[in-house]
Amino acid sequence: MSRIAGRFAALRRAGRGAFIPFIEAFDPDRATSLALLKALPGAGADLIEIGVPFSDPMADGPIIQAGGQRALKAGASLAGTLAMVRDFRAEDTATPVILMGYLNPILAYGPRRFCADAADGGVDGLIVVDLPPEEADLLAPHAEAQGIDIIRLIAPTTDDRRLPRVLAGAGGFIYYVAIVGVTGTRSAAAADLAEAIPRLRHATDLPIAIGFGIKTPEQAAEAVRLADAAVVASALIETLAETLIGGQAGPDTVTRVLAQIRAIAAAVRRARA
Amino acid sequence: MMTHLTNSLRTGPDERGRFGDFGGRFVAETLMPLILELEDAYRVARADPLFQPELERYLKDYVGRPSPLWRAERLAATLGGARIYLKREDLNHTGAHKINSCMGQILLARRMGKTRIIAETGAGQHGVATATVCALFGLPCTIYMGALDVERQKPNVFRMKLLGAEVRPVTSGAATLKDAMNEAMRDWVANVADTYYLIGTVAGPHPYPMMVRDFQSVIGDEARAQILAAEGRLPDAAVACVGGGSNAIGLFHPFLDEPAVRLIGVEAAGRGIDTHEHAASLNRGRPGVLHGNRTYLLQTADGQIEEAHSISAGLDYPGIGPEHAWLHDARRVEYVAVTDDEALAAFQLCAQTEGIIPALETAHALAYLKTLAPTLGPEGVILVNLSGRGDKDIFTVAQHLDARL
Repeated sequence: MSRIAGRFAALRRAGRGAFIPFIEAFDPDRATSLALLKALPGAGADLIEIGVPFSDPMADGPIIQAGGQRALKAGASLAGTLAMVRDFRAEDTATPVILMGYLNPILAYGPRRFCADAADGGVDGLIVVDLPPEEADLLAPHAEAQGIDIIRLIAPTTDDRRLPRVLAGAGGFIYYVAIVGVTGTRSAAAADLAEAIPRLRHATDLPIAIGFGIKTPEQAAEAVRLADAAVVASALIETLAETLIGGQAGPDTVTRVLAQIRAIAAAVRRARA
Repeated sequence: MMTHLTNSLRTGPDERGRFGDFGGRFVAETLMPLILELEDAYRVARADPLFQPELERYLKDYVGRPSPLWRAERLAATLGGARIYLKREDLNHTGAHKINSCMGQILLARRMGKTRIIAETGAGQHGVATATVCALFGLPCTIYMGALDVERQKPNVFRMKLLGAEVRPVTSGAATLKDAMNEAMRDWVANVADTYYLIGTVAGPHPYPMMVRDFQSVIGDEARAQILAAEGRLPDAAVACVGGGSNAIGLFHPFLDEPAVRLIGVEAAGRGIDTHEHAASLNRGRPGVLHGNRTYLLQTADGQIEEAHSISAGLDYPGIGPEHAWLHDARRVEYVAVTDDEALAAFQLCAQTEGIIPALETAHALAYLKTLAPTLGPEGVILVNLSGRGDKDIFTVAQHLDARL
């Protein structure tokens, strides 16, 4: 069983939902983001999503865009992100790691070599924002050969007719994009989720995570009452940005982001109690 | 529509929106259903016998088509040979070829029941054309424009505002066309229900490269008939500047299956094709994925997109339409590059010999004539797309020439 499937199965037995924090690799620099990454499981992360910086992140709002720009300035690359995961895996072999990013850096790396190196470094899943099922054959065979899950996004615009096509070939879990828009710009509406998640549940046996538009511990708790996992990204990057001094990591950058993660993790753990 | 002429270069793209390995639909899932809906709506419109006559009426009575074909004798005399014909897209309403596609797309948007229009613009010509058709049909319109371009194309910014459009300066990245396109796509993703994204060039996810090409092919269709009437034969060469590539594909497409006609696309070499400041994505880029399609891109070894540079805001883009990428690999079209300085010289030469001030974009196509014309001899026939007029550029040019206005 893959690390992702194993983790969701264990959580289901424990009767609770998963919390998936997102950090951007190399934001604001490699050492700080690696320190954060290593501390995430202890702070309550059940799975980890790592953003791979890209010059043109079309699905991201201003907060994650700024994080990506800081990271690129600090020397971020896809190879550098894989090396970070490798460093993390030297200490933690249990927590699933998912890379989220855009296709072009993977194409430049070479999809086959990338999937081999990612698997070797301990990456469990990939979310490639601009790779819809229609184009997935560029990456899917290589990911499958290496046992890496391609995690599919489902949007509020994905209708019932299209749903089976998107679910075919999906692995790991389903990532439900809770808002119509880019990351970090608005909050998910509880009523919309209450309608959408059961519809999705009916169509797949994979665990369902909700992301885009989850900012607070309360919203994360609400998400895991409906679904299996909550992803929080922009709210964490916003906190990180607030702690920077002149664009560089400040004395409390890591501690403040971790404190926020602990608060969200606690709310997620209490949600179904 | 696909035909089964296996030896034709005009049948693409395939059902996946691919021209060979290029093109496709690389968008987030939120947009995917919209792209498919647009493709359906476009197919239905093309099959509707009322659509094309309606478009033609607007092109004739509002845009002023057909645009004339002008034989540029004084320009030709200074270039030492060949008979040079200028396809006068600068005489269209709004002063460039951009309105051809705007008119087609706005009619489509209305059929789809969309009530708000967004667009990106570089030089501002596409923004002005979009704002114009939105004013004509009473639709609200938001134009994304890089903050740097807002600065260097002020006359067009004011034109857009006069026409009732909202112009949103984009400060991310290098604050030019690429960043404006990112921001327009972010707006679209957040407003999918009511908004039509009116893309200005033959790039973006399928069906845009096909659709914009179809609407721009009116240029080449007219020019072909006009040059046959003037010369009794097809031209030896057809020349156009390429940024995203919409005016070039519009001129070239009707000639793709005429092997005797050389087709030449002129990229912006900026400060030199061997510097890091140019926009020559075919001559110096590598295939990758940006803005919904696979094509040649200026990028780092790590796959980060690099900033382009050109004196011309309309060519200042690190990618190119996927059909051009395919025609480049197939060696059907020659892609050359000219520098900022060469374009500036051609800008002045055209003004002084023909009384026509061309857009700086267009000046790149004209600049290549000094290389091409002498090789064809006095009986050689060259067709050039005079894609836009240069009123918008006089401030930029004055600055480069150290002239005071």
